[in-house]
Amino acid sequence: MNGDYKPIELLAYVASGLLEDKKSVFVGTGLPMIAAMLAQRTHAPGLLIVFEAGGIGPQVPVLPISVGDSRTFYRAVAASSMHDVMSASQSGYLDYGFLGAAQIDPYGNLNTTVIGDWGNPRVRLPGSGGANDVGSLCWRTIIVMRQDQRRFVERLDFLTTPGYLDGPGARERAGLPAGSGPHRLITQLGLYGFDEESRRMKLLATHPGVTIDDVQASSSFELIIPDDVGTTEPPPPEVRRILGEIDPAGMVIGK
Amino acid sequence: MNTLQVGQGELIGWHDPDEHRAWVATHKSRALEDKRTTIRQAVAQYIPDGAIIACGGFGHIRVSMAAVYEIIRQRKRNLVFCGKTAVHDSDVLIAAGCVDRIEVAYAFGHELRGLSPASRRAVESGRCRVVGEISNAGYQWRFLAAAMGLPFIPARVMLGTDTLAQSSARVVEDPFSNKPVCLLPACYPDVVLMHVHRCDRYGNAQIDGIAIEDFELARAARRLIVTTEEIVGEDVIREQPWRTLIPYYLVDAVVEAPFGAHPTLMPDRYYFDEVHIGEWLRLSKTDDGVAEYFDGYIYGVDHFDEYLDLIGGQEQLEYLRQVEHLEAPLRAPWLEEKK
Repeated sequence: MNGDYKPIELLAYVASGLLEDKKSVFVGTGLPMIAAMLAQRTHAPGLLIVFEAGGIGPQVPVLPISVGDSRTFYRAVAASSMHDVMSASQSGYLDYGFLGAAQIDPYGNLNTTVIGDWGNPRVRLPGSGGANDVGSLCWRTIIVMRQDQRRFVERLDFLTTPGYLDGPGARERAGLPAGSGPHRLITQLGLYGFDEESRRMKLLATHPGVTIDDVQASSSFELIIPDDVGTTEPPPPEVRRILGEIDPAGMVIGK
Repeated sequence: MNTLQVGQGELIGWHDPDEHRAWVATHKSRALEDKRTTIRQAVAQYIPDGAIIACGGFGHIRVSMAAVYEIIRQRKRNLVFCGKTAVHDSDVLIAAGCVDRIEVAYAFGHELRGLSPASRRAVESGRCRVVGEISNAGYQWRFLAAAMGLPFIPARVMLGTDTLAQSSARVVEDPFSNKPVCLLPACYPDVVLMHVHRCDRYGNAQIDGIAIEDFELARAARRLIVTTEEIVGEDVIREQPWRTLIPYYLVDAVVEAPFGAHPTLMPDRYYFDEVHIGEWLRLSKTDDGVAEYFDGYIYGVDHFDEYLDLIGGQEQLEYLRQVEHLEAPLRAPWLEEKK
């Protein structure tokens, strides 16, 4: 064990580790912002962070509340527009996109629109926002969300944002950019990828102290569980210190 | 072109491009005229019941709350709202009973602060109807098509999803690549409300910081009401014309409204007023609380300046300036409740 860390700190650390230096990432509110800011302060100082409201290449001082917050273009290379950054994504300039969701299916399709029937909603959620655009246009999508049987479902109540739709080749057949799609998924239980052949969700690693039985019990569809499942690294003290600097008010990391 | 799919969402704000040209020819003056007026007059003159409206800015960023509050005060009804990352504006307009239909890219939430209790109650009980879904880029490009005077614009978003199935977009086979492509219909809101940093009496307006989608939205609008932190002389505009995002002929009314975006953020001027937003989120959990909020802050005051006194006056506004410039720590009641 590496001390007494919070689960959210582990998630931020694992998410941040997926981002490479000298690549670009399109980030949304909350944990994605923290992960990108952490990467920029550790292994990826040359990470290009892009926000949907037009912030390009900022040196974000403290966690923004919104993706349009002034902090999203603090010491940026450009304070631009949504048309500019969405067009850059459509043209292939955005390597990674970060998303959250209320529901996910085996192919990485996401729901952030409604629980229940669309015309007669049980719970109305905010809708796509920029999620559909990020999931459609970035090269590789990373998803961060809570895992349980209600959230990991065989069939979504509403398909807001495309993952691999119904399997291999489906994105291209629908007209989405070739070679794009979900790359990784991080939950409080583990790290997942998507099987090259079936495009279905595959466990890559569990978090420390989590068993494979825990992981499968928290999904209402069957996960691909290979023989060589790894274990994620807990966040070192230095990373926890930086996370405290990034989010001094404890908006996402907590107090 | 071969049509592959037709979205089932209601088409709002679309006009035939020739009809729009004819409307512009007769309704939009090219004369440099003094357009200064009051927010009461601008809202009364340009926003009829049933109008399709959109707000500039984004979420809680640079929203013309001075105009939004006046719409509530004048008890406008049956408005249709363009929910292009609509957060505080749509929440209060739906809660007040002004908006009863909305096209949604993002609504019913306050980002990190949580979901919107009042507008969620309205949509889950049927008091407000979602006429269609769309994505942020999708809405942005609906405005771009309108700004260009085109019937539609192609894009590679929403394909293969329920978002498209419940939108007003269509999928066709692109005659160049032979791949499926999404066609987004132009959207011309009847009235757009936009808050800017500075503007002259004619409506030539500058925005500091990110433009978000306001370049396109200002050009898509049929009527454009600009509220501004300050009205500046024509010389200020002409000395640096490259800073003009919105030229005067797009603008119908100019209203001076210092702090007119409160409690939303005005880049380089003032940060979100999290205390006030937190009060709204707390009160809007019940219909009685919603009534208490509107009675206190909107129906109970005549003018935006009186509202600014109620939220803490100069002392609070100075604090928000300091937070915006990273000179004071953030205070947020919703943050205390999260712990």
